Amino acid sequence: MATARLSTHRVVIVGAGPAGIRCAETLLAAGCKPILIDENRRDGGQIYRRQPEGFTRDYTTLYGTEAAKAKDLHQSFDRLRGLIDYRPDTLVWNLTPGQLCCVSQGKHSTVDYDALILCTGATDRLMPIEGWQLAGTYSLGGAQIALKSQAVSIGHRVVFMGSGPLLYLVASQYLKAGANVAAVLDTSPLGKRIGALPKLLARPGVLFTGMKLLAQLYRAKIPVHLGISPLQVLGDAQRGVSGVRVRTAEGKTLTVECDAVALGYHLRPETQLADLAGCRLRFDEASSQWWLATDEEGRTSVNGVYAAGDGSKIRGADAAEHAGRLVAMALLEDLHQPVDAGLRDEQRRALALMDQFRLGLAQAFPWPAEQAKALPDSAIVCRCEMISAGELRRTVSEKGACEVNRAKAFSRVGMGRCQGRYCSQAGAEVIAAAAGVNVQLVGRQRGQAPVKPLSMLTEEVSP
Amino acid sequence: MTLQKADVVIVGGGLMGSATAFFLRQRGQSVILLERDQIGQYASGVNFGNVRRQGRFLGQLELANRSWALWKRLPELIDDDLEFIASGHMRVCYREDEIAELEAYAAAPEAEQLDLKIYRGAELHQRFPFLGPDVKGGSYAPHDGHANPRLAAPAFARAARRLGARIEEQTEVAEVQKVGGEFTVTTTDGRQFSAEQLLITAGAWGQKLSAQFGEPVPLDTHGPQMAVTEPVPYALPTVIGVYTKIPEEVIYFRQIPRGNIVIGGGYRSKPDMLNRRAQVEPRSILNQIQQMRRLLPGVGNLNIIRVWSGIEGYMPDSLPVMGRSGTVDGLFYAFGFCGHGFQLGPGVGDVMAELISTGSTRTSIEPFSIRRFALSAEQRSKAS
Repeated sequence: MATARLSTHRVVIVGAGPAGIRCAETLLAAGCKPILIDENRRDGGQIYRRQPEGFTRDYTTLYGTEAAKAKDLHQSFDRLRGLIDYRPDTLVWNLTPGQLCCVSQGKHSTVDYDALILCTGATDRLMPIEGWQLAGTYSLGGAQIALKSQAVSIGHRVVFMGSGPLLYLVASQYLKAGANVAAVLDTSPLGKRIGALPKLLARPGVLFTGMKLLAQLYRAKIPVHLGISPLQVLGDAQRGVSGVRVRTAEGKTLTVECDAVALGYHLRPETQLADLAGCRLRFDEASSQWWLATDEEGRTSVNGVYAAGDGSKIRGADAAEHAGRLVAMALLEDLHQPVDAGLRDEQRRALALMDQFRLGLAQAFPWPAEQAKALPDSAIVCRCEMISAGELRRTVSEKGACEVNRAKAFSRVGMGRCQGRYCSQAGAEVIAAAAGVNVQLVGRQRGQAPVKPLSMLTEEVSP
Repeated sequence: MTLQKADVVIVGGGLMGSATAFFLRQRGQSVILLERDQIGQYASGVNFGNVRRQGRFLGQLELANRSWALWKRLPELIDDDLEFIASGHMRVCYREDEIAELEAYAAAPEAEQLDLKIYRGAELHQRFPFLGPDVKGGSYAPHDGHANPRLAAPAFARAARRLGARIEEQTEVAEVQKVGGEFTVTTTDGRQFSAEQLLITAGAWGQKLSAQFGEPVPLDTHGPQMAVTEPVPYALPTVIGVYTKIPEEVIYFRQIPRGNIVIGGGYRSKPDMLNRRAQVEPRSILNQIQQMRRLLPGVGNLNIIRVWSGIEGYMPDSLPVMGRSGTVDGLFYAFGFCGHGFQLGPGVGDVMAELISTGSTRTSIEPFSIRRFALSAEQRSKAS
C-alpha cells in the first residue's frame, strides 16, 4: 500500500546543486523516482558548477580546497542520472498549485507535482556604491562563474571588494588561475572576526581553510585591507571601470587602479518560486534578510511544498547536502515511508553545527546596512532602471512610500530585468534609513513571475 | 471617541475616490476619504494605463471627453506628472467586415471630437509598418494616449490632501448608518466619520456597500492580466489594441518612453477576494506572447520581465455604476468601471464633485444609474 503510493506520487525537485542532488539520491534510495529540473546545462549548482563538455581542467584547478566534495557530488549525480527523470537546461518560470510552468530551449511545457522540493540556491547579496553601474563591475558570484565555466577573468587587473567567505575564495581562485589580483578590500574589521571566533570554531576545518586562503593572498603579496568603507567605482561610460576608491580603517583615502571589480556581501536566497507558491517568509535577524519559513526539516508553510539549501536559508554548500537529505526524509515520512532515524539524526547534528557557524559568519562579515544610509544621492541603487538613491529617498520623503513595494511602484527600483534580485535588499535599507525605521518594517519585494525573463519566442508544446 | 465631520465622506481610495476628493476641495467642500488599504492599490494602480476614448459605449463619450480635457491640463492641474502622453491610439482588426464596424463608430456624431481616421490595406501598413500581415484595418484616434496608472490615484490623493482633504489609509469601514440627515461611518478600529453626503467609490467592493442600502447590483470581479518587456529604444509611440469578438485575440500594448512595452488583454483570472490577491494565469501570458507575435512580429526578440494583476469590478452590461442612489438621499456611487475606468478617472471625479456640491451635472451620466438594476429586479419578480 505504502509503496504503491510512493510510486504514483509525483515528486519534483527544482535545482541540481548540492541540496537537490542529495535530496534526489535519498528519495531514489527509498524507491521514489523524482523529476529533477535544473536551469543549468550541467549539474552541480553554483559552487560545484561543472565546466562545459570539452573543457579539461582537473578538480583541483577548478575547485581548489573544495575539490574532493565537488568530485564526490558529481560522481553521486552521475550514478543517479539514468535512474531519475533529469531535465537540465529547464527554467521553472512560474507555478500554480500542483503545476510548474517550464521553458526549455524556447519550448514551454507544464509539469504536474504532488510534492515540490525547492533547492533553488542563492545569488550574491549586493550593496550599491557610487559608480557600480560602470562596465567592468561584477558580482563575486558572477566573477566566479566566468572563471569556473569559461576559464576567463573579468578583467586584466581585478579588485575584489565586499565581505564574506566568497570574497576570499574567489580572490584566491583568481590568483591561482594566474589573474592579476589588484587588491582585496573587506568592509569587515578584524575585531568582528575575532569576536566571532567562538562560533566559527563550530567548524574548525572550514575556519582553517579560510585562513589558508587568506595566507595564500598574503604570500602572493596581494594588498588585503580590512575595515574599509567603499567610496566609489572610478571610470567613465566609454572605457568602463578604471579604479576603486575606498576609505581605509585608518581613515585614509585609498585608490586602487583596476579595470574590473567584483563586489558582494555573502548571499541572498532565491525565494521567488516559494513566494509564488504562497510560502511564508520570515525575517532572519542575524543576517538581516528574509528567508523562507520552514521547519527544521524543510517543510514550508504550504502543504506539499518543501525547501532545502541556500534557497531557503543561507548556510553554505555543506549544509545544503545535509538539508537535501533531511528534506527528502521529511517528505518520505509525510508519505508514511520508513526513514533511517540514525541517518536523520546525523544530518540534524551536522546542521546544528553549521547553524552555529553561519551565525559566526554573519557576525564576522556583517551586512553593511550603514552604507545604504551613507550612499550619496547620486549613486544608482537600481542598475536595471538606473534609479538613484536620491530618487528613491524622495519617494519616501515626498510621496510617503515607506514600504518596499509601494516605493517600487513610485520609483521603479526593482522593476527591471533582475526584478529586484540584486537591488531590492539595498533598496529596502535606503527606504528604511530615509523613513527612520527598522529594515524589517519596510517589508520585502513580492515575487512576481516570470522568475527569469521569458522569451517572447516561447512556443507551447502539447503535452 | 471622537467623531470627525465633513461635508462629504468618500469610501474607497482608488482613482475615482481620490479624483473626487480633489475636485470637491476645489469646490470648497470639506472631504474625508477612507481607504481600507493603500491609495490606488487594486484596479487603479495595476491597469494598462490606457487614456483611450475610442471604442467606448457612445453614450459614455461625453464623460470621456470631459475627462480628456482634464488629462490635457496635467501636470499643472494637480502639480504632479502622471506620465500622460497624447500619443495617439490605434484600434486594429484582423477581418474586413470589422473595418465596417470601425467606420460606423467613427461616423457616429458622439465620436466627432475624436477625429478618428480609418486605415486599411497598403496605407495602413505604410503608416504602421511594424504591424503583422494579419492586420487588415484600423481606426486611429490622434488625441488619445496613455499614462502611468501606478502614479495616478496617489497623485490625485496627494493633491487633494494639499488642498485640505483628509485622507485616511489603512482604514476599513465596518458599518455605515444613516440617522436623520447624516451618515455615520464606523471603521474597524472604532473611529467614526460623519457627513451629510456619502460617496461609494469602492471598486470591486462597491456592491457590498450599495447592498447595505438596499441596492444590490450584480457585480463580478476579474483580475486583469498585464505583462511588460525589457526596455528597447522608444519607437512605438502609438497605443495599439485589437478590436475583435474573440476573447483570446484581445491584446493591447503601449511602449513607454523609457523603452518597456506594456502588454494587456486575453484571459482574465478570478481574484481571491478573501485575501485580496489576484494571480496572473500562466496561460494568459502564453496567449499574450502568441497574440503579440501576430500583432507585432518584431516583438519576438524581446523578453517578458514581469507580469501582474489586480482586482476589477465588472457589471453585466459593461457600464459602471455612477450617480446618485435610487433610494437614499445624499448617497452617491461611482464604482464597477469594468476595466475601462482609468481614462474616465479625472472626469468622474469632476462630475461627481459637481453633482454632490450642486445637485446636478451638465454631463450625461444617466445610462450608468444604479436604478437600472433595481428596475430589472422588479421585472424579474413580476416575471416569476
